[in-house]
Amino acid sequence: MRFKLSGILLLLCNLVALSQSCTSSLSGQTIDLHDDTSLAGAVITVSGTERSVLSDLDGTYLLTDLCDGPVTIGVSHPSCATRYFQVSVSGASTQDFMLEHHLNELNEVIITGVNQNVDNPGSSRQRLQARQLEQYSNGSLGDALNSLSGVSSLSTGATVVKPMINGLHSSRVVILNNGVRMEDQEWGVEHAPNIDINAAGSITVVKGASGLQYSGDAVGGLILVEPARVPVSDTLYGRILLSGSTNGRGGTIVSQITKANDNGWYASLQASAKRYGDREAPDYVLSNTGIADYGINLRGGLNRFRYGVEGWYSLVNTEIGILRASHLGGALDQVRAINSDRPLIIEDFTYDIDEPSQQVQHHTLGIKGFSKIKGIGRLEASYDYQRNDRQEFDIRRGSDADRAALDLLLQTHSASLGLESRLEHGYTLKTGLQASYQDNFADPSTGVRRLIPDYERTDLAAYGIVSKRFSEKLILEGGARFDYRYVDAQKFYRTSFWESRGYDVEFADLVVEDFGNQILVNPKLRFYNPSFTLGGRYTLHEDLDLHFNYALATRAPNPSELFSEGLHHSASRIELGDLRFDSEQAQKVSLTLKQTNARLTYSVSPYVNSIRDFMLIEPTGVQQTIRGNFQVWEYRQTQALLTGVDVDATYVLIGNTDVNKSTLQFDHQFSFIKGYDRTRDTPLINLPAVNVVNGLRYSILSTHNLQAGLRSEYTWAQNEFPDNNFEVFVPDTQTTEVVDVSTPPDAYLLLHLDASMDLKLSAQSTLTIGARVHNLLDNSYRNYLNRQRYYADDLGRNITFTARVNY
Amino acid sequence: MKTVMINTIKAKANRVIAASFMCLALVACDNDDDVSEPVNEEELITTVRVELTPMGGGTPIVLQSQDLDDDGPNAPVETVSGSLNANTTYTGTVQVLNESETPSENITLEVIEESDEHQFFFTAAGGLNVSTIYGDFDGDGNPLGTMITVATGDASTGSYTVTLRHEPTKPNTGLADAGGETDIASTFQVTIQ
Repeated sequence: MRFKLSGILLLLCNLVALSQSCTSSLSGQTIDLHDDTSLAGAVITVSGTERSVLSDLDGTYLLTDLCDGPVTIGVSHPSCATRYFQVSVSGASTQDFMLEHHLNELNEVIITGVNQNVDNPGSSRQRLQARQLEQYSNGSLGDALNSLSGVSSLSTGATVVKPMINGLHSSRVVILNNGVRMEDQEWGVEHAPNIDINAAGSITVVKGASGLQYSGDAVGGLILVEPARVPVSDTLYGRILLSGSTNGRGGTIVSQITKANDNGWYASLQASAKRYGDREAPDYVLSNTGIADYGINLRGGLNRFRYGVEGWYSLVNTEIGILRASHLGGALDQVRAINSDRPLIIEDFTYDIDEPSQQVQHHTLGIKGFSKIKGIGRLEASYDYQRNDRQEFDIRRGSDADRAALDLLLQTHSASLGLESRLEHGYTLKTGLQASYQDNFADPSTGVRRLIPDYERTDLAAYGIVSKRFSEKLILEGGARFDYRYVDAQKFYRTSFWESRGYDVEFADLVVEDFGNQILVNPKLRFYNPSFTLGGRYTLHEDLDLHFNYALATRAPNPSELFSEGLHHSASRIELGDLRFDSEQAQKVSLTLKQTNARLTYSVSPYVNSIRDFMLIEPTGVQQTIRGNFQVWEYRQTQALLTGVDVDATYVLIGNTDVNKSTLQFDHQFSFIKGYDRTRDTPLINLPAVNVVNGLRYSILSTHNLQAGLRSEYTWAQNEFPDNNFEVFVPDTQTTEVVDVSTPPDAYLLLHLDASMDLKLSAQSTLTIGARVHNLLDNSYRNYLNRQRYYADDLGRNITFTARVNY
Repeated sequence: MKTVMINTIKAKANRVIAASFMCLALVACDNDDDVSEPVNEEELITTVRVELTPMGGGTPIVLQSQDLDDDGPNAPVETVSGSLNANTTYTGTVQVLNESETPSENITLEVIEESDEHQFFFTAAGGLNVSTIYGDFDGDGNPLGTMITVATGDASTGSYTVTLRHEPTKPNTGLADAGGETDIASTFQVTIQ
């Protein structure tokens, strides 16, 4: 009714206006209300006339030959509800229109390729969408990210997979799950992130320490895991995914249902379960490598134009078997294990998970809200609580056999407040404050000395990021952040270690109590960590962008680097931390040249990362114990330099955007990295070898969206590595043998095949069926970045069938 | 204009931040300084002791390796109480102890209880003229080795290594194909005269 009335009024106005000179104009931008990104392709219509224009790629539009006076403008967009605005035109007027833009849940394909993100213009982001992620439904976060150039993974067998960005991992890679920084004991090399890949709507990787609103210590990079967006419309939809694999003889089931209303209320429930038995290498069973997983995700809230609130809860529960043959007693066992070309323990296939194993439960509870305050900006506040309960089971004797050898409970509360304001002259300012409190409790009833001590940690941080669009071509962003950390730990040191390190002199005042063979100390550590970024995007040509970024990141040492002191069973080595460590500081310069056109899309990203006081662990000697000899690895700080380049390219060989035609596309990825310890002038350990991925993808959209692909993955042998070999005396043969823990495995080639098609079940529902073959040739290979490479080959051929119903 | 705007933003933001920090402070404060309790390693083996008594009587010879700080920086201390007599048969007992506790714990009992998952190995090398025969067996009739008989030959010197493997392959022909994990590996310099 209101529109009709205004329409009539407008018509009257126009009639009047016809007699006037109409030389005024209206210009501005169409903007996505959700994240203030520009909306391309919006139709801006002058109500009551036939006049309409389309907003261009960065959302700008221009209407000319308008008459002065009030006018109603209708703005519509394929994925937004049409809105009407009253505008008063006088001369050259400007007006931005905010639309609520939704990703169409059932058609995510629409937004693929549109990346007009103003966030971190200096760093090129790589993103995996829901559809790509589904390929990894039976894998892990690390497996999915491994498909991106420059991202590799550091793994312990097939199930503990940690993402590694440009050669850096663990505490140097910050993972944000729905905006919450994961606090799940990420310092441990065999602690996989507790993320349910099946709950993610998209995963974005930011290489390097950009995004100061998230953290200042992401020396390696950021991984943003985000849930699928929920539309503001009356709808009920969901999906069920079933997947079964031959290797591991198990499967995954995922079910998700979302209810949304056009008044903004929504709720979503997702659950998944995964069960696999022992995995298999081409020639043998990898005994005790099963996994049992389940996850639950609940999310609900209100999403309005100007305000919104969301509450969510997620649970990830994992039980993982660790390769039985990787559990060793000492250097003598290590010699036998490494010298044998097969694992020393091979049993028949089983679904049972025995010791050594890990059981981890990660709960996250979060609430966040935003409000768009006129004249101030978008204010966002959040609080979240994480509870990470990790138990590790070892092979133990007698009554202890079923007791966890490690039992840690890590609880983190964090709160944040952020404000994003659009200021005059095209400036955007993001400011915020963050605070968190963490408590680690190591259960003493394990009967094993604590690897990680009890501690309390408090963090406070403040940041500010300014960005400005100087022209159509140039966007610049600069930011600063300051982090304060306070750690209050209760650590038991072995008296002999305490004295041999000279701590008894240097840290005498920290001693709380002397128990004879152990000493309780109470270190209180403070870290003051600044971080900066400066970056931008310059459009060289209409389809050619240059991203450039400088980032300075400062990371405080993690509990493992500070407090380690004892035998690390899974590595069969003694690891020693250093209480005297200060923060490490990385300076990374990166460039990305990116061209996007109809046939060829490519990006080339070289980088240099110079890290001061880089914390690394390396062997320093051999320790005699009653169990035989163990290699001692000590943490040390040094100057490190990492340089490399990541290349992605896609070339459409046959076909075009016409949906009826088939297309054939060639994909290429290349990652190269070198890293050196500049103090000692030696290569850094555990850097990914050069690898190249080539793929062919054939698809016909019109014929059930048929897709088929072949991918080849070639990894060279790492030829630069530090020599950490040591010698051990074997009493029964009276010989001295070299324990070769350094030499990387040979180069290898893997071929993968996949195919999928969509079948329409009804107007609303689609069945997608697919099959994938991983390691088609069933090649035996070992990966330098797999810690179990000493003992066993990697996975053999795996055929996976998936069926998904979207409804 | 800009500064005014920023100031308003700051003013509003400050209030919310102050409130959230107070929440946090409350959480932080309720965690008082509870002191960690020490963990005494329960499975720790600090000592292995082989006591060899000449058949027919005489002073026993004790081979002992003691490592009170486990995988700490101090190396185990190995002691041999005396020389063995040539061409003599000794009956031996092998004990593993946790002496970091008082009173010390006799872990040999656990080893015997789980005899099917353990086995001691005795290796003479470097010209030492000695042979070791198992004196006790697990339920399947495979050797365990907490009781042994040691027969010396002619005068010689060399090393005598005592190894305890957890979860070895049983039966086996010796250390080379026994597999399992090494719980103890102690080498003694022994003289036969």
